Amino acid sequence: MANKANLYDVSRCTACRGCQVACKDWNQLPAVIEPFTGSYQTHEDTNGDTFTIIKFFESEDPVTGVHWNFIKRSCMHCLDAECVKACPQGAYMKSPSGATIHDPEKCIGCQYCTYACPFEIPKYRKREDKISKCTLCADRVEEGLTPACARTCPSGALTFGDRNELLQQAEARVKYLRKNGFPRATIYGKLELGGLNNIFVLTDTPDKFDLPVNPQPSATIGFWQNWVQPYFGWLIPLALAGSAMSFVTTRLLANKQGEHGHDHPVEGGHE
Amino acid sequence: MSPSFGRGVMTNHIVDMKNTDCALIMGSNVAENHPISMKWLFKAKENRGAKLIHVDPRFTRTSARADLYAPLRSGTDIAFLGGMVKYILDNELYHKDYVVNYTNAAFLIDDKYGFKDGLFTGYDPATRKYDTATWDYKKDDQGMALTDPTLQDPRCVFQLMKKHYSRYDIDTVCSITGTPKDKYLEVLDTFCATGKPDKTGCIIYAMGITQHTVGAQNIRAFSIVQLLLGNMGRPGGGINAMRGENNVQGATDMALLFHIIPGYIDSPMNTTANKDLISFLKAVTPGAAKLPVTNLEELRAAVKEGFPNSGFKINTSKWVVSMLKAWWGEAAKPENNFAYDYLPKRDEKKNYSHIAIFEAMHKGEIDGLFVSGSNPVVGGPNANKEQEAMCNLKWMVSCDLWLNETAEFWTYQAWERPVKNEKVAEKTPADIQTEVFFLPAAAVYEKEGTAAQTGRWVQYRWKGADPVGESKPDLDIIYDLGKAIKKAYAGSKRIEDEPIVNLTWDYESKHGPEPDIMKVALELCGYDTKTKAPVEGFAKLTDDGATACGCWVYCGAMTTLPDGTVQYKPQKRDNKDNSKTGLGLFSNWAWCWPMNRRIVYNRCSVQPDGVTPWPGDAERQLVRWDPLALSDPTKPELLGSWVGDDVPDFLKPTSPDKPAFTSPFIMRADGKGGLFATKTLMKDGPFPEHYEPWESPTAPIINKIALNPAAKVWAPDEQGTSDKYPIIGTTYRVVEHWQTGALTRNLPWLAELMPNMIVEISEELAKEKKIKNGGEVIVSTMRGDIKALACVTKRFKPFNVNGKTVHEIGMLWQYGFKGYATGDPANRLTPHIGDANAMCPEYKAWLCDIRRA
Ligand code: SF4
Repeated sequence: MANKANLYDVSRCTACRGCQVACKDWNQLPAVIEPFTGSYQTHEDTNGDTFTIIKFFESEDPVTGVHWNFIKRSCMHCLDAECVKACPQGAYMKSPSGATIHDPEKCIGCQYCTYACPFEIPKYRKREDKISKCTLCADRVEEGLTPACARTCPSGALTFGDRNELLQQAEARVKYLRKNGFPRATIYGKLELGGLNNIFVLTDTPDKFDLPVNPQPSATIGFWQNWVQPYFGWLIPLALAGSAMSFVTTRLLANKQGEHGHDHPVEGGHE
Repeated sequence: MSPSFGRGVMTNHIVDMKNTDCALIMGSNVAENHPISMKWLFKAKENRGAKLIHVDPRFTRTSARADLYAPLRSGTDIAFLGGMVKYILDNELYHKDYVVNYTNAAFLIDDKYGFKDGLFTGYDPATRKYDTATWDYKKDDQGMALTDPTLQDPRCVFQLMKKHYSRYDIDTVCSITGTPKDKYLEVLDTFCATGKPDKTGCIIYAMGITQHTVGAQNIRAFSIVQLLLGNMGRPGGGINAMRGENNVQGATDMALLFHIIPGYIDSPMNTTANKDLISFLKAVTPGAAKLPVTNLEELRAAVKEGFPNSGFKINTSKWVVSMLKAWWGEAAKPENNFAYDYLPKRDEKKNYSHIAIFEAMHKGEIDGLFVSGSNPVVGGPNANKEQEAMCNLKWMVSCDLWLNETAEFWTYQAWERPVKNEKVAEKTPADIQTEVFFLPAAAVYEKEGTAAQTGRWVQYRWKGADPVGESKPDLDIIYDLGKAIKKAYAGSKRIEDEPIVNLTWDYESKHGPEPDIMKVALELCGYDTKTKAPVEGFAKLTDDGATACGCWVYCGAMTTLPDGTVQYKPQKRDNKDNSKTGLGLFSNWAWCWPMNRRIVYNRCSVQPDGVTPWPGDAERQLVRWDPLALSDPTKPELLGSWVGDDVPDFLKPTSPDKPAFTSPFIMRADGKGGLFATKTLMKDGPFPEHYEPWESPTAPIINKIALNPAAKVWAPDEQGTSDKYPIIGTTYRVVEHWQTGALTRNLPWLAELMPNMIVEISEELAKEKKIKNGGEVIVSTMRGDIKALACVTKRFKPFNVNGKTVHEIGMLWQYGFKGYATGDPANRLTPHIGDANAMCPEYKAWLCDIRRA
């Protein structure tokens, strides 16, 4: 099956957070009220009981005035996912449509994936001693439905579909936005980390949305070398080692591509 | 809007927003309160290059998605819009052909009419009321208004309007509104560009503009702008009144307002002018007051003949008599004036609006209260006072999904206050004798029926789940109550009991104790009293007892199909767009009143000749005159009819030889859009004039009058002044909570989204008052105090009002002491003062002070 992705167009998001509720509803996650920190944002970041959140950013520019940016954060479902490679138990796998799914049965709560993920997505749930995160509603997708968040979005900010088609749509949107008041508009998730199944149309550079400008898996490499191999080497199945090798090579390739790939018309602009 | 166009409704509909070239969102936060409209506004942006303008005291999620944001101080909308009118007139940006033909711009006004120092002619300061006699057209001996189509006569509406708004120059306006001049100019340029014949612009408004002492005049100002720019009755144009609840339109259609009976007919009063059916009909039928008719037969004959200054409301007798037939069936007959005497008559001197009811309750004049789907302890203005008033009740019934704050107004919790305040009552349950009953109500997905959404679409909804426990749908509750009342009065021979004894209440279902919804719907939509078949449209209603119809505007929603089955049109679910040019009318999805016209006053979408589209705008033409079409297939001799993609909002046979051919506003007596509101249409002036809110941080700037001179002041001692309360306070909702939060604060996932009662304040004010972001604050007004959390934000900025820095703070009004998300109700701060016309409370602009808790 081809990769299926969520396209999130920031310029169409009104931060209604319907997606956030739909996610809790479908995944039957409890409401956890956090102390007020002076913003509309419900949680500092996604957590084991909150797979997706809308982040809010206020800023002010002397020329263009006040800005209020929103972004929906959840698992990026990287095509080449660090968590899959990091997990010593093989609890992570890719679904046929490209979603990164985590199997709580296999999870031993070691939390390696939380360090491996460049986006800090997998979160530890103490009460179960397990990791949990967004599945891109793989269970729904298997049944021919769209993820709960995309199904709910009233304003057309979220679209679920074939990754390649969505990339084309995203490029067209970025072109449009650049001509219509957002000169720094850009795609995120096309090439980052070899491609993500969560594609963003951003109205500004990724740093304005608290996204890593050039996400790197390097932390993982160090982690693997310094911790996993010396202490838990006996746990690592051969297959995993194989994929770790392939991950290193793909990253090298991807980095190379990154250096030359930035002249792409819609991809540039976030350095 | 009714005084300007003839009907008080959203003129276009939500999908139509995609057809606009520019949307002026003012007094509304659509992205948060009507999220689905953003989908269509984004389409307009992306497909047509439309511009979205947001004018609001605070930068909201709507502003975040707008192309242009302009701040304005709460309560200064008329100044903002008055300046726009002046800008349009000075720069000749108006749509000339439209203005001359479709508005009352050319009409001459009585020589005695005038305006001076902020007052129109006829003002009586003792009663705070206007004698509106001079606010009228100059007429010839036939009673027809005189006009000057060149618009040059100094007494014509156009020239008087020009004179009236000549004071609203840009500097003066900005000194009142606090809007930066460059932003104001940008708004003027962008929106007024829609005056070009090939452009349309829409206005989107909501409670931010109606909840003021000048609420109705704010909407009049919108109306004037939209008529001048030629934006009414056209796709992508109009005035989109975004309703505050999903069925507000339905509720007003059914007359959930004290001054009307169903279908927007003035309700009868205990006056000689309303003493019997014929006098009442003469009073409520435009142009009929002076007719020499003394009974229904004579009136009927006069209506058939036609008389001037009546418009489509000439048919009012048919609507009233059919309603009486629906209510009292067999007992409503010609001999007893169709039971007109059964109709309750309101006291002419009394006001029965929300504020008035609670003022009366506070004085101990009311024994019992039935609260259904309402939560005044959180949502009522001056909630401290309203809560205190409820202690004077002998009994109260609360009907809701949860035991909300109103149902529990007598508990200890309900009387906790953050600080001691001698003006605020202190009570314990022992002090309160009110007997409280609670009726658990079913939620929206647990019941069946229609709701009329903001764009007048009456949509049927089927039940998704059974009600929980003993809870019941509202309809069942009312039905059971009606049955119980009828049972209590059964057999009574007392004449005063007849209205109840004879009331039709026959909605029995074959399937169980619940009422049969289709029987209710049939009565509402109208039926032939002999055959019981649905009446096919209000044009077929009669005033001789042959038809019964509960609400004439809904007539036509039920029909007999050729195969003999009865179809209830709100149940239609065809989601294909039937309009040829892709305008998104979706005419076969549900049904809308009147007669499924998706865009009212659509006669305006074509030039006066009835055939030619506006230059460059053929795709947005909705209707046209077709000389070869038939308006009635049974009368082939009558050639010529109005036809089009949308149902023409026009009498189909109106041919070019009739004067009415160029009168698109059929519900108005003169058929023209009202730039000038004549006579009694408005209580506080024929043109909107800016007045300061009751509590204002500034002395009047543009005239000498502070408060709207016709607004009723209920409690002068409750007015705060700017020396003690220098900061403007305002209230609003957020997308995460629904109204008083009774529903959403009880749902964990929604409580989680917005768990706290917050007050939004600017960084500048926070610094001045040493308030930390996230810290606790106390907000106080003359009426009370609340504790809340401070949300310090760049999205509020101090205003420069006439050279003085004025701060404004805003807060959510959706909190109370029940549910998962709790907080003090902001309405403990708001005043008991309302609009001069609609009595809509001033929730949006008042004075307060804030300090660290
Ligand atoms: S549902 Fe759509 S518009 Fe609402 S917050 Fe989520 S992505 Fe944004």
